[in-house]
Amino acid sequence: MTEPTRSGKPQIESLSTATVENLTGVDAPTRFWNRERRLGAGITIIGLLATLVFGPLAKSETARFTLSTDASGAALSINGQVGTILFGAISIALGVLMLTGKARRWQTLLLCLGIASFVLAFLCWQVAGKFMPLVDTLSGSVEYALPLILGALAGVLGERSGVVNVAIEGQFLMGAFGAALVGTLATSVWAGLVSAMIGGLIIAAMLAVLAIRFLVDQVVVGTVLNLFALGVTGFLYERLMQPNALKYNQPPQMPRWEIPGLADIPVIGPVLFNTQVLVWIALALVVLIHFALKGTRWGLRTRAVGEHPTAADTVGVRVRGLRYLNVLLGGLIAGAGGAYFTLVSTGAFNKNMTAGAGFIALAALIFGRWTPFGALGAALFFGFAQKLAYFLSVAGSPVPNQFLNMLPYIATIVAVAGLVGRVRAPAADGQPYVKS
Amino acid sequence: MKAERQEIPLRLELRGITKRFGDLVANDHIDITVEPGEVHALLGENGAGKSTLMNQLYGLLQPDEGEILVDGEAKVFKTPRDAIAAGIGMVHQHFMLVPVFTVAENIALGAEDVRGGPLGILDRRRNRRDVLETSKRYGLPVDPDALVEDLPVGAQQRVEIVKALTRDVDLLILDEPTAVLTPQETDELLSVMRGLAASGKSIVFITHKLREVKAIADRITVIRRGRTVATATPDTSEDELAALMVGREVSLEVSKSPSEPGRDVLKISNLVVDDDRGVRAVDGVDLTVRAGEVLGIAGVQGNGQTELVEAIMGLRVSRSGVVEVDGENLAGMSTKKILRSGVGYVPEDRSLDGVVKEFSVAENLVLDMYDRAPFGNGFKLNPKAINESAAERVTQFDIRTSSAASAVSTLSGGNQQKVVVAREMSRPLRLMIASQPTRGVDVGSIEFIHSQIIHERDNGTAVLVVSSELDEVVGLADRIAVMYRGRILATVSPDMPREEIGLLMAGITGAESAEEEEAE
Repeated sequence: MTEPTRSGKPQIESLSTATVENLTGVDAPTRFWNRERRLGAGITIIGLLATLVFGPLAKSETARFTLSTDASGAALSINGQVGTILFGAISIALGVLMLTGKARRWQTLLLCLGIASFVLAFLCWQVAGKFMPLVDTLSGSVEYALPLILGALAGVLGERSGVVNVAIEGQFLMGAFGAALVGTLATSVWAGLVSAMIGGLIIAAMLAVLAIRFLVDQVVVGTVLNLFALGVTGFLYERLMQPNALKYNQPPQMPRWEIPGLADIPVIGPVLFNTQVLVWIALALVVLIHFALKGTRWGLRTRAVGEHPTAADTVGVRVRGLRYLNVLLGGLIAGAGGAYFTLVSTGAFNKNMTAGAGFIALAALIFGRWTPFGALGAALFFGFAQKLAYFLSVAGSPVPNQFLNMLPYIATIVAVAGLVGRVRAPAADGQPYVKS
Repeated sequence: MKAERQEIPLRLELRGITKRFGDLVANDHIDITVEPGEVHALLGENGAGKSTLMNQLYGLLQPDEGEILVDGEAKVFKTPRDAIAAGIGMVHQHFMLVPVFTVAENIALGAEDVRGGPLGILDRRRNRRDVLETSKRYGLPVDPDALVEDLPVGAQQRVEIVKALTRDVDLLILDEPTAVLTPQETDELLSVMRGLAASGKSIVFITHKLREVKAIADRITVIRRGRTVATATPDTSEDELAALMVGREVSLEVSKSPSEPGRDVLKISNLVVDDDRGVRAVDGVDLTVRAGEVLGIAGVQGNGQTELVEAIMGLRVSRSGVVEVDGENLAGMSTKKILRSGVGYVPEDRSLDGVVKEFSVAENLVLDMYDRAPFGNGFKLNPKAINESAAERVTQFDIRTSSAASAVSTLSGGNQQKVVVAREMSRPLRLMIASQPTRGVDVGSIEFIHSQIIHERDNGTAVLVVSSELDEVVGLADRIAVMYRGRILATVSPDMPREEIGLLMAGITGAESAEEEEAE
């Protein structure tokens, strides 16, 4: 009992209070198959898979990981078979370490290292006899992750205040369409970006009104809005853009910003300091939202409204108003994420071009445990899986193309179902607030 | 963010407050005056309209008619913010605290100390200092850095009170504040209330517990069915107050003859049960309930009573131990089988486990026997038998409903509970388990349900009553087992002084209290 104000109270009161406060001190019984051991078992199994299956399959030729965007320049080299078995063995070792149950403090670190070793083992197998340009792979991962980061941030804003946003996909599509159309008409990237944000805002406004004002089930509304966005953009694309592609569907491309000096650092320089403006915006938003949620009045109230709206209401916080604000802000951000597809990635709008990226962003949000930095990490992980699938299919992997294209989605399922465990979502997530 | 008002005590007047929900008049022209520095008790049964009235005073609801005067000035409270600005604070029955926030964050919410102008950056240091200052000034110890979900209810309640006081309120509404407290914590709260009143704060104390009203109130307003029926002083007797509250003479004592215990019916040995989180909730319980006696389990809510009862009923898997009824081991039996082997069960959460609210009274009365003759044959129901039996039960158990075909959701809490009791007592029973049998039930129905439980006992049924209301346990039980942190600390006679049972409920046995004192 370290409460400083306790000392002045009569003996009997402090006695009874102290005893009652011990109520919560009942220890949880330790189960053998706790979360750490289960994860350890998983890591051991994939390690065994790498060593015993990938290892024998791998060619005994040099795998080169070049530090550039092509085959030239300095490279990290390793014999493919040796590398596969080596990294597989590291994975097993880490898994066994977790199985002993003695490394609880380092659980997350060991988990990440274990998965990383498995990925490296897989790469050694695939790259044996070939080369893999690291810079290209990493900057490609960041690029693929970009819309996911923005989409997941939109989700963070909505869900931390208690509104589930399943409509990220629809916000992406509207954003992508708006950016292509207005970007082309105005021949300005920035006009395109702004209209992408407005596109996202439109979907967000419909979500907000239906979910907050009319109390419709939020998941159903989100799904309907996705279909709505698909229909509207598909229709306009076929009627308007396709016949006059030059006039309506040739948006300018977003510029790269190169920071002199820093961009010359090997590997990291080209990946981080010579990149799309939108990447910078996304990273800045991650940091901004992280600190705002933690340390501002807006953040405290947002979290309160997402956890216990009635409590917030009784101290004078405007629950619905705050939810509207956050969902709309999320719409702006997700719309900007949609701009990626037309202003950064492909250079033209296409029907259903987002292909489920909004749902992967939703998964990144959950995998990232409803936090901005978690969402960033998850988005980068999924972006890497996507880039890897692309690289392997181009490099002529023996694994069939169709399977490789599944990679990002399999990574999503494994991550969300297997690794997240029992995460606590905001307590009032998805529940409309009705004054009683 | 603190409102700057002069430090004079506040005088509150409610004039002709009326609130309707559809056809129901929840408050019918209520007049109340709360003088400065007074503890004013608002006494009434569940559903009498006390909370509705206070929610209007706190800006959560708006009255249809009538006015609220603060220091003689008419005020309109559209939101709690308005009420707080006028100097009115409220501690709700269900705490309004965000469990994953710290104490300081909860207290700051809505009235944050901020820096950086429009950026609104939280000033945690100032916030923390404010909390400690208020906590010290009123002698309410709280740890600003503790997470609310880690705190026991008594401490959470202190946080709620500190939260209101940091907002510089002059009138504090306490809505059923003692419902979740041990007798000792209740005494502590009453002394805090006295201290606040002495320092010039007015207090409106909502309750249905007569003992507390008499202990603390300066004046008492009794509300019945949405109307003020009387204003009384604390020297009014408990019987008179109860009669005012209910509208007729009620007997507060449970009348019963001495028990004549027979054979051992329920035998529990070394039972161990975990709760939903996997935390041990029942930690080696041994209990025996004999035919023709009532064993009461006393204890503060959350000490494993729920899990104990669920384990007996087969609703929760126990980790180890044996539960026997008349020598037959219940392990692995389905709840349906346990019920049909002659065990009656009144669950603690009526609306969750006791009734299907959308179903009619008649349907709810056969939920246990719907597939047995005469009510059905497992394939089709026999509406005639169901309705006839329902009509009989409705009279026998005094269930106040417009018809047996009405949905249970249209009934008052007390009458819903009578439906549950009627259903469970319609089978031949060997053992009856009643968990919080009168929670949310009006005084009139409490009397009836208690007499039914005693009646069942006198028929030779073994009865296990679990209640967090010590008065109820003392009134009903022939023996009392006190449960604390998953263990039965002692089995005592109901004649034992309340204070001693209260100490046991707080986990203090004679030997232990000596140890604790040394440790302090």
